[in-house]
Amino acid sequence: MIFFQAKSYCESYCERREKTKNLNIQENLSESIKLESEIKEELKQDKHPGIYPPIQPDIEDWPIHKLSQNKEEFLETLVNDTVEILIEQFQSLEAMEEELAKVVFLENIRLEKNPWKVDTKDEKEFWKKAKRTLLKRSLKQKDDPDFFINYDNQIFYDICRRYCTEIIGNFEKDTYQFASKALPIGFNRLLNTASNRNMKRIWNNEFELTDRVKPFGYIDEVRELAKKGTIILLPTHHSNLDSILIGWAIHCLGLPAMQYGAGLNLFNNPLMRYFFNRLGAYKIDRRKKNSIYMECLKNYSRLSVGQGLHTLFFAGGTRSRSGQLESKLKLGLLGTVLDALRANFDSGDPTKPTKIICVPMVLSYHFVLEAPNLIHQFLKKEGQEKYFVRGDSIPGFRKLTKFVWKFFSRQSEVLISLGKPMDLFGNDLDSEGNSIDKNGKSIDIKKYFMSDGKITKDIQRDSEYTRMLGEHLKERFYRENIVLSSHLIAFAAFEILNKKFRKLDLYGLLRLAPEDRVIPYQHFIKVIESLRERLIELEKNNQVRLSRHIYRDPKILIMDGLRNMDIYSAKSPLIEDKNGDITSEDMNLLYFYHNRMKGYNLEQYV
Amino acid sequence: MSEKKAEIKEYKTGVIGSGTFGTAIANLLAETKPVLLYVRNRDKLEKMLASGLNGIHKLHKDVILTNSLESLCKDCKLIYPMVSSPNFRNMCQTMAPFIQPDHIIIHGTKGMSVEFPDGFDDLETPILSKEQINTMTEVIKQETLALRVGCLSGPNLAGELSQHKPAATVIASKFDEVIRMGMDSIRNPRFRVYGSHDVLGVELSGVLKNIMAIASGICEGLDLGHNAQAMLITRGLGEMIQLGKVLGSETNAFFGMAGIGDLIATCSSVKSRNFTLGLNLSKGKNVEQIIEEIQEIAEGYYTTKTAYALCNNYNLESPIIKGMYHILYKDAKVDQTLEYLMNHENDKDVSFI
Repeated sequence: MIFFQAKSYCESYCERREKTKNLNIQENLSESIKLESEIKEELKQDKHPGIYPPIQPDIEDWPIHKLSQNKEEFLETLVNDTVEILIEQFQSLEAMEEELAKVVFLENIRLEKNPWKVDTKDEKEFWKKAKRTLLKRSLKQKDDPDFFINYDNQIFYDICRRYCTEIIGNFEKDTYQFASKALPIGFNRLLNTASNRNMKRIWNNEFELTDRVKPFGYIDEVRELAKKGTIILLPTHHSNLDSILIGWAIHCLGLPAMQYGAGLNLFNNPLMRYFFNRLGAYKIDRRKKNSIYMECLKNYSRLSVGQGLHTLFFAGGTRSRSGQLESKLKLGLLGTVLDALRANFDSGDPTKPTKIICVPMVLSYHFVLEAPNLIHQFLKKEGQEKYFVRGDSIPGFRKLTKFVWKFFSRQSEVLISLGKPMDLFGNDLDSEGNSIDKNGKSIDIKKYFMSDGKITKDIQRDSEYTRMLGEHLKERFYRENIVLSSHLIAFAAFEILNKKFRKLDLYGLLRLAPEDRVIPYQHFIKVIESLRERLIELEKNNQVRLSRHIYRDPKILIMDGLRNMDIYSAKSPLIEDKNGDITSEDMNLLYFYHNRMKGYNLEQYV
Repeated sequence: MSEKKAEIKEYKTGVIGSGTFGTAIANLLAETKPVLLYVRNRDKLEKMLASGLNGIHKLHKDVILTNSLESLCKDCKLIYPMVSSPNFRNMCQTMAPFIQPDHIIIHGTKGMSVEFPDGFDDLETPILSKEQINTMTEVIKQETLALRVGCLSGPNLAGELSQHKPAATVIASKFDEVIRMGMDSIRNPRFRVYGSHDVLGVELSGVLKNIMAIASGICEGLDLGHNAQAMLITRGLGEMIQLGKVLGSETNAFFGMAGIGDLIATCSSVKSRNFTLGLNLSKGKNVEQIIEEIQEIAEGYYTTKTAYALCNNYNLESPIIKGMYHILYKDAKVDQTLEYLMNHENDKDVSFI
């Protein structure tokens, strides 16, 4: 939809530019003002379609609800299955024993060094006991090998069960319905109050959340396909707010709720714990890096996807520290989707779901709440910055409301771009969810797992397929990314300075003295225009998406970008100084926002 | 003939391309399993059927000839395309409708697919970037549904293979499965197979060594001696590695069977087409004449142009590639080029690792 409009904006922009070419600056300015009001008119007419009707109105039909109903049974299968896989993996008794000792050792250390509120009360007891019994066992083992095997299996079983119980998510219909109703009401009140900066406007209905959080792209296709197969939603990840906004978007689009992995640390906060626990989140504890835990987690994902649960994976694994679009992907969990598909084909059971639909999703923000922390972490990890990194915490209630208030009062918007659905091998899909080749002929994807006429299990092959999927996904991220005005001006400003101080390395550039950071306005506009030209070309070739602001008069574009740019931080990454020139108060942040446009080879157009 | 009755199908191995190398590989493969060999030209097929020979080379009794790509793809899950690089993409497109995701394709073509921009040949300094070239495994993946692809490369002179002399080769693929299947299909007591995951490295070393083979043919023709030959091979390997690195490959493959192994074989054997091209050049013939005389085109001729344009783009100092380009495309005199090479400034021994 937006792209359609964008095209026509593109044309009218070109026309307007032709018209204004010969006018002098004064006239140009008044032209800009006229343009501004014109666009405002257009915006008003372009009402967002709002909330789509749910594709499966009865929540009890949702796969996630069904799984939640059979939770006990699922847990049992999961634990037994995982134990089986692990025992097969370890092959020898010695390897098993060694791994067990390592896990118990690591867990005891974790409990001592890094305990969290969310840890269950008997956690300490459990691992202490495991340690004691392992010690006891090592004294006994020589006398009675049989006893030893059973014994090990029992400990294995207990540990797996403990991990699986923790990981497994929950989904409660009532909480979901409550949240999906309460959230927009709350936000909408806040929105109207904040937009007009007037508490009396609290019951005003001029603005709605749907005006601010806008999904675009292949919406109809995805809605259609969600009825036919299992959706694997693969969003980019820049902010902790992502999961809330995506949750909202999923609801808006009328899609059934999806399960997703949430860091266990989020569950430390009781309010968040309450909601996450009931909204289909399963838990991932990043402190536990041992092989048994990892297998439990993978197997959970494998089994639940295999049952047709729509699932959301942050393919980057964690929030992008540098601000760049995901360039390195964590493929471990994504690989389990491939496992699940193969297992379902292999079972020969036609009722098992075999249509898996990958939907890339790109979130475009003008600013990221935790940008200062993220970029600090990035720079520190790159190893050259010496100063102390502030702790990255989950925003407290006050911080969060302040942020939300600022967010809405500035009329900033978040664009959510839904990418073209594809199968696990990067092929296109028809409307039934069947894979098709370039000529529209259907593909029997079972054959990707076949060798000499039979389905075979080959871990190396599947991991190579997963790597290829990652490559497809990265390409799609860049293609579906929507460029906002603030991204463009941040990129332009940083690259102008980078070019001017070519001899400095990144860290030198970040420490640039304030007086060196000033960019003359006229030069800035020139660069913006040349970058925009290139971006429009890229959009024509389907290599990127542009928000409508990009097509506006450069002066308005810059104004819009400046206004939206990091409204949360105390120091602004980009600001107009008293002479009307452009400068930066915080180079680190400027670098962060600039990174968003990396990877399009735009540097040469500055 | 008897495919219909069997429920558990016994797949054959497929070979596409009935040149001398394709025939030699088909003969090798036939020692393990029956082979279907695709012959495009009908007349040639008739001739081969009647005589049981391809040119002077005898066909193994288990090599079945066919004129249909469709039936070949149906009966074979493991396919070895052995066609020359200018025909490669075309062949892939023709075969694409019959290829399923469970096909494994291992090619043996030592060339690249290049999209030359318009007016490329008239440029003073032609330039190509790595985005404009595709290796053969990339072409297969672009044109067909097959993902499990690999390449076979090594010192495998067709003539010697058909005389049952011992030899070795590399099969490179990202998939262990492809390497394994390839090995099982072609390995025998006279033919060793090594495996590698560095597909790009193996493909590039097989491609780039052809340039050196032409140069080596010139050396031989001018009777410059073994010292010069050794100098050429060593420095040539350096240039190959340098170019391979900017194109994104690892260096290891260049020191293996497909790199140094193949380089030594092709640079010292009269049986190699590229070498013969060089030999003829040294006698003062020009390129058009030679191409007319020998029926099969030497891959190195095309590769030289591509490699030269790539070196220009990435600012690589590659005197041998540069020299060969001028001989092949700019009518430079052989002795002038030799003088240029001997007086070249670079004096570091090993600087490419």
